[in-house]
Order: sequence, then C-alpha cells, then structure tokens
Amino acid sequence: MTAVIGGPGAAAAVQPSDLQVAGKRRNRRRVTGVWLGRIAVAVIVIGGWQWFTDAGWVDKFFFGQPSAVWDSLVKLFTKGTAFGSIWENLWVTVREAFGGFLLGTLAGVVIGILLGSNRYLSAVTGPYIRIVNSIPRIILGSIFIVAFGLGMFPKILLAAVLVFFIVFFNAFQGVREVDQNLIANVRVLGASPLQVARHVTIPSAMSWIIASLHTAFGFAIVGALVAEVLGAQRGIGLIISQAQGTFDPDTVFACMVIIAVVTLGAEFLISLLEHSLLKWRPPSRSEAPAI
Amino acid sequence: MSLKRPGRHPEGGGPADQPAGIDIVGLTKRYLTPKGEAFTAIKDVTLKVEAGQFCSIVGPTGCGKSTTLAQVSGLEKPSAGTVKVGGRLVDGITSGVSYMFQADALFPWKSVLQNVIMGPILVGTPKREAAELALEWIRRVGLTGFEDRYPHQLSGGMRKRVAMAAALINNPRILLMDEPFGALDAQTKVIMQNELLKLWEELRPSVLFITHDLDEAVALSDRVAIMTSSPGAVKEVFDIDLPRPRGNVQEIRHEQRFLELQGRIWESLKDEVTRAYARSTGAAA
Repeated sequence: MTAVIGGPGAAAAVQPSDLQVAGKRRNRRRVTGVWLGRIAVAVIVIGGWQWFTDAGWVDKFFFGQPSAVWDSLVKLFTKGTAFGSIWENLWVTVREAFGGFLLGTLAGVVIGILLGSNRYLSAVTGPYIRIVNSIPRIILGSIFIVAFGLGMFPKILLAAVLVFFIVFFNAFQGVREVDQNLIANVRVLGASPLQVARHVTIPSAMSWIIASLHTAFGFAIVGALVAEVLGAQRGIGLIISQAQGTFDPDTVFACMVIIAVVTLGAEFLISLLEHSLLKWRPPSRSEAPAI
Repeated sequence: MSLKRPGRHPEGGGPADQPAGIDIVGLTKRYLTPKGEAFTAIKDVTLKVEAGQFCSIVGPTGCGKSTTLAQVSGLEKPSAGTVKVGGRLVDGITSGVSYMFQADALFPWKSVLQNVIMGPILVGTPKREAAELALEWIRRVGLTGFEDRYPHQLSGGMRKRVAMAAALINNPRILLMDEPFGALDAQTKVIMQNELLKLWEELRPSVLFITHDLDEAVALSDRVAIMTSSPGAVKEVFDIDLPRPRGNVQEIRHEQRFLELQGRIWESLKDEVTRAYARSTGAAA
C-alpha cells in the first residue's frame, strides 16, 4: 500500500519501513491529541460544575455537586438504600430492562418481517401503526401499573412497547430494501417462500435490525425506569423518585451514573453481537483512517 | 469428466436434464404505471431457441429484453401470447432455469462456498453431496482457495465466476443471462466470455443472452435476435454460422466471416438505436 505514494520511480527509492515508522508516529500523535481533548472536556464540565456550585453561582441544593454525587454513590454502595442494597435494586431494573428489550425486539422483528414481506397486510395495518406510534406511549406505563400491579411485569411491558416500535420500523424497512435480483435468483432456483425468507429476507434485514438495537436498549432502560418511578416496590426508578421526594439531587445523579454504566455495558454486548453477525460486511472507512 | 446431476422438483416434470428449446409465440407484456395507465413493454415477440442453442438478444436500451427473460423464467405472467420450454407451457416458475444478472446477485452475507452451494440445497440435495458438488464447481471456475471469502473481498471478475458457478451448478436446461458482463472492464470481460463458452460447451444448456455489445453477441451465439424499441418486438433474427468450438473470442473478432456478420447485423440494429436515442433525447428523428 505504501508504494502507491509518490510516482512509480519514487516508490522504489523510499524505504517502506521509513514510511511505516512515520505513519505510526503520526497516528500516535493523533490518538494522543484526541485523548487530551476528551480529558479537557471532562475537566471543564465536571470541574466547572463543582466550581460554580462551590462559589454559589449555582445552587447546589437544586443542581447537586460532583463531589456530593460521588459521596452519595459511595453511600449507595456501602450503606444501601431504604429498599435493600443497591445491587438488589439494580438487579431488578436490569432484569426488567433486558426482559422488555428481548420481548420488544422479538415482537418487532417478527411483525416487522411479516408486514414487510406482505403488501396487503402492511397496507391494511399501516395507518394504525402510524397512529399508535404517534401517541406518547410512555403514558401507557400508568395503565400497565393500574392493570398489573407494582411487580416487574408492567415494567417489562412498558420497556417492550418502547423497544418494539424502534425495532419494528427497522425490520420493516430492512425487508423492503432487499435486493430484488437476489429474490428472483433463488425463486428461479426453486426456493419456497419460507426458503426465500430464511436465505434472503431475514439475513438482509439483519443489518437494519441490529443497527436499531443500540437505540432500542436505551429505550428499554427508559421504559423500566419510568415505570418504576410511576409505582414500584424495588428498583433504581424507585430510588430516584424517593430522592426526588426528599430534595436530594445528588442521589438522582448517582443513579444516572449507575444506569449509564449499565447501558454502556449493554452497548458493548450489542456491538459484539453486531461484529459476529455482520462479519461479512466490508470494514467501514471510519475504522481505517487515512494516515 | 462425469457430472453429477442433482435431482429436481418432482412437479417439474419432463426430461428435466435434457436441454430444452424455448418457443416464444406472440408474447406481449403490459405493465400498469403508477398512474394507472397501461404501458406495453413488449408486443408480439416471437422467437425460437433450439435445444442447446446459444441465442443473444440485442436491442436499444429499454426495448423489453429483460421483460422477455422474466416471462421465460416464469417470474412474471405474460399479458398475451405463450412461452413454451421443452414443449411445456410456462406457468409459474420454470424448472431447471438459472439466472445471471448484470449486478452479481450474490448473497453478501454468505461465503463463496455458501453462495455456490445454494443451488443444490434449494432443490433438496443432501448437504454433503451438495458441498462436494460446490467445491468441484469452485475448482472449475478457478476459485479454489477462496471458498471462505465473502463477496466484498473479491474482485469484479471473481464475483462473476462465483455467480457463474452458482448459476451452472444445478446443470440448468436453460440459462438466462441479463447483460452478465455489462459492468466488467474490457479485459475481464473477454476472459469471462471465454470461460462462459468453455463451460457452455461442456453442459450445453439453451441460453438466452441479453447484451448491448454486438461483438459479444456475434462471438458467443448461434443466433442473434434484434429487437426494436418500445414496444419491443423482434425485428430480425440472424444465424451465426461461425464454427464451434469458437476458441478465443478475442481472436475470432478479426476473422472475415465475423466481420461480415457483424456488419450486416449492425446495419439492422443501427436504425433502432438511432430511433431510440432520438426518442429518449426528445429530438426530432
């Protein structure tokens, strides 16, 4: 690759190893620069927050303070909460979010592929799906809690409803984008509709579906938390609503930090899944920046 | 070399493994435009391809060449007229047909081996037998060692080879080719044409080959049909009496007989192309 630089004559004269060393050095410098920038942003935001609340320009009673958030994080993990240890509560929320995520994804994929490959069904249901999509679904949480009580089920359901629409629309679009030549090809070879779905439609829609999972997990967490805030006996959402009731913004922020860590972890798992399922895709350009 | 012939669908009927002639009579296809108007893509197309013959269709852009192929494969139903394959009326997907498109219709998520193996798997060949057959075909198109690559890791010519193996592995009675080499560079194109001729001479399926390239049509075919532009119809059919096997298509282009035939066919095609071009640009013909 390096031989391309310069004319055909120059390529022989330049030592490839020199070019490689120079390229590596430049790459290292770029990476260092990026990390310095990142650290600077964190210092400015968190340091500024701490400074402004310390100086009294911003009221820490309402907006919390990084040092106090840290203290309440430590307190949450060492002393626990009024509703049992933080691990217990976190485990409940995580199970709700994952349950909702799985349920919503499954329903979204199945119904998305079904409607995507059947023009009549999609024409009939299209307007209703758009109507349901436009109502603020988070409010359904209230109904679920009234109907199903304070347990985990209504939380799973709310998370699933939020996840469903994201995954559904992507699966639907993915099926619509399938290469028609490919379908013609396997049909001519004698494929049954089921074989067309298995070998062409589903794998082709897969890259769309997986792209939606990143956003979908965020919504699963939102669904579980909101449902817990609306009414629960356990969970991070309950701790948050309790902290709100006692004017304790630091604990709210501490819970946000905990949830962020969980979401990043799930994001990582989804990326692993993405890499293993979509290993056939050409590497995107952004992963191989020009030197 | 003996070739294993994979089983076909039981409902296919007929002597499936014998090459079958294609008999198109009065074929007309109309489409509804989104506005609800009828658009006649092809009108009264009549064309006969003998069993085991290589027939090219040449014509201006948008004259309904691809439409004709779709009717032969049974992917679409004609508005009027009939298509017979091996003496049987086409109704639903014709058995023993393979397609090759300009865009290589490979599965991007399947490796070379998985792509080639699809044909036998879809007609119900046992996995192990199908894998043997696929490896044999990968060898025949010169891709041994690339079995585990994905399509995006291959060059355009290599992808065409995979598509060719995938199209021929089921030993089709009929091979439908829709400008298969249209997107290739000139050198690769010649290599692939030679490769195709070699494989075709071994298997002898009947071929309907769409192209814009008159040289390609004459060099490969036994018969060249010229189509008029919209609505498409067969204007003239030329028999190409160049001896077989043709050998290198690059060299045959300089032979006297080739130039004669090519000149005559071009005379016929020229008017159509000019007319279609004038219409598409809106200029007065």
